[in-house]
Amino acid sequence: MMKEVKLSTALKEEDIRDLRIGDVVYINGIICTSRDMGHLKMIDVTEKKEKLPIDFQGGVIFHAGPVVKKQGEKYEVIVIGPTTSIRMEPYSDFIGGLGVKAIIGKGGMEEGTSEALKKYGMVYLQAPPGCAVVLGEKVEQIENVFWLELGVPEALWVLKVENFGPLVVGMDSEGNSIYRDIRIKGKKLIEKMF
Amino acid sequence: MREVNAKQIKEKVKELFLDANFHIGEDVLNSIKEALLKETSETGKNVLNMILKNYKVAANEVLAICQDTGLAILFIKLGQEVHINGNWEEAINEGVKEAYVEGYLRKSAVTDPVFDRKNTKTNCPAIIYTEIVPGDKIEFLVTPKGFGSENMSRLAMMKPADGPEGIINFIVETVKIAGPNPCPPTIIGVCVGGTMDQASITAKKATLRKVGEHNPDPRYADMERQTLEKINNLGIGPAGLGGNTTSLWVNIDYKPTHIAGMPVAVNICCHAARHASGII
Amino acid sequence: MEKIKKITTPLSNEVVQDLKAGDNVSISGYIYTGRDAAHKRLIDLLKEGKKLPIEIEGQIIYYVGPAPTPPGYKCGSAGPTTSYRMDPYTPALLDLGLKGMIGKGLRSKEVIESMKKNGAIYFAAIGGVAAMIAKGIKSSEVVAYEDLGPEAIHKYYVEDFPVIVCIDAKGNNLYETEPPKYIK
Repeated sequence: MMKEVKLSTALKEEDIRDLRIGDVVYINGIICTSRDMGHLKMIDVTEKKEKLPIDFQGGVIFHAGPVVKKQGEKYEVIVIGPTTSIRMEPYSDFIGGLGVKAIIGKGGMEEGTSEALKKYGMVYLQAPPGCAVVLGEKVEQIENVFWLELGVPEALWVLKVENFGPLVVGMDSEGNSIYRDIRIKGKKLIEKMF
Repeated sequence: MREVNAKQIKEKVKELFLDANFHIGEDVLNSIKEALLKETSETGKNVLNMILKNYKVAANEVLAICQDTGLAILFIKLGQEVHINGNWEEAINEGVKEAYVEGYLRKSAVTDPVFDRKNTKTNCPAIIYTEIVPGDKIEFLVTPKGFGSENMSRLAMMKPADGPEGIINFIVETVKIAGPNPCPPTIIGVCVGGTMDQASITAKKATLRKVGEHNPDPRYADMERQTLEKINNLGIGPAGLGGNTTSLWVNIDYKPTHIAGMPVAVNICCHAARHASGII
Repeated sequence: MEKIKKITTPLSNEVVQDLKAGDNVSISGYIYTGRDAAHKRLIDLLKEGKKLPIEIEGQIIYYVGPAPTPPGYKCGSAGPTTSYRMDPYTPALLDLGLKGMIGKGLRSKEVIESMKKNGAIYFAAIGGVAAMIAKGIKSSEVVAYEDLGPEAIHKYYVEDFPVIVCIDAKGNNLYETEPPKYIK
């Protein structure tokens, strides 16, 4: 039975392990954006045994690069939407090791990520793609930004969000994956057709 | 403002396509001679010798180096101070048409690629890429591109995480899959970045870069070296009949691209890398 | 210099069985040309049960679309085209007695099986050696499908056309056996 769940950060493992594919989630609290270069930077910093700018325990990583506007000293989000998550597939185990409990993105991820979700008690949440205005409205404010030298889209944006969603559980910590199910079904159809 | 007549354009295009089809570049010639010294396969050496002899025969007897005299492609830098008297596209196509008649070159262009495939009998339409640049000259770089090699070319929309290793593997795999079909030893032109279309066009241009010259950026030059070594370790050899010389050179160019992407276009050119350049 | 086997067309079964992958061969005699469009028309005729415009039994087909003939020559530049495009049409022609094909590049499993079954040879001509090959063509006439231009079926008289036996009638395939020797 699919359920609707509201979660607040820092996310607890038992809450995440309770989620199943198809559930709808809304998040209150802090989420951080990170894409291709951001993930590589996190790995680089960790390998050099330096400190990451924030503590990711119970945290949320959102595969996105916002459009922002600078007002004086502060930044404001104009719109924000998910980017294609599969590009970040190589980094899932690393992210789990940092204590991240939820990954938000679009398009799903693959078996490496599914294993990491099981291992660390994480969940993959699909954000509505192409709905950057609506999602942008759920961002209350930008708490902080790091690594702007990577460019605005690739920097680490720390966002305070309220009722951020609707986010659909695409892959859960039991190893289920809507994306895998569709791929298998699709493959069978293709084999039948040809 | 400098006036250039359509007739001058036609004559220059004709001259260049004739030149390209009969005379191979010094850089390619020298590269094959060098390869001959390093080739260990007897059949391979035989093939390389035949290729060298063919270039001589073609030049001396004014016969097309290869019967696949290709589709006519032009990269043109048009000075913004130039005013053209006449029809630009028509002049270029007339030049191609005349070259292909006077040079006894094969007309290989067909209309609608799926249904009729009727030969246009003129080897037109030419494929024209024009860049507007400062100045009052018109610079032409033309190449008749045969399709044995063109058919083996590939494009991948890779992701940033794939990195240099992913790119090199894709290029090597493209050459491996092609095997003997593109008439090895080949010259490989690659572009990383841009968009799907820009990468493809830039890769084609990269096949025309001087054989033996690396990308000035040392990181890309290193990728070129690594890729060439891996390709020649495949053992495909001249004409695909086994040997150390599968490719003569790898040229990798790059273009700025989107944060989410890394398009990689690999254009294969056969050993008869025919091109000619000139200025009006 | 390796010995060159001289053969003449039409090819007999004995000659075909005697040739081995790797042999350097010099072909003299009449050969036919044909590529994509001509092959399709031949197969269409076969499907309709009609007679073909050329004899097939014992013959060699050269996959080529030559350049136009300059004055003083019998044929324009005439190097081989890539053979795999003719694969779908080949087994039917081999069944009719075609004994040789000259081209370049890989052939499909189906073609090789048909070559073994029917006894035929696939010769490789070197791609891009087109001007030299043109000089060895002593006469040329269009015998079918003139409307196809360079894709028409020509009958060439060739003298000492240099080729390599690439796949023999036992299925030995140079493209498979040679490159692995040079892998590093």
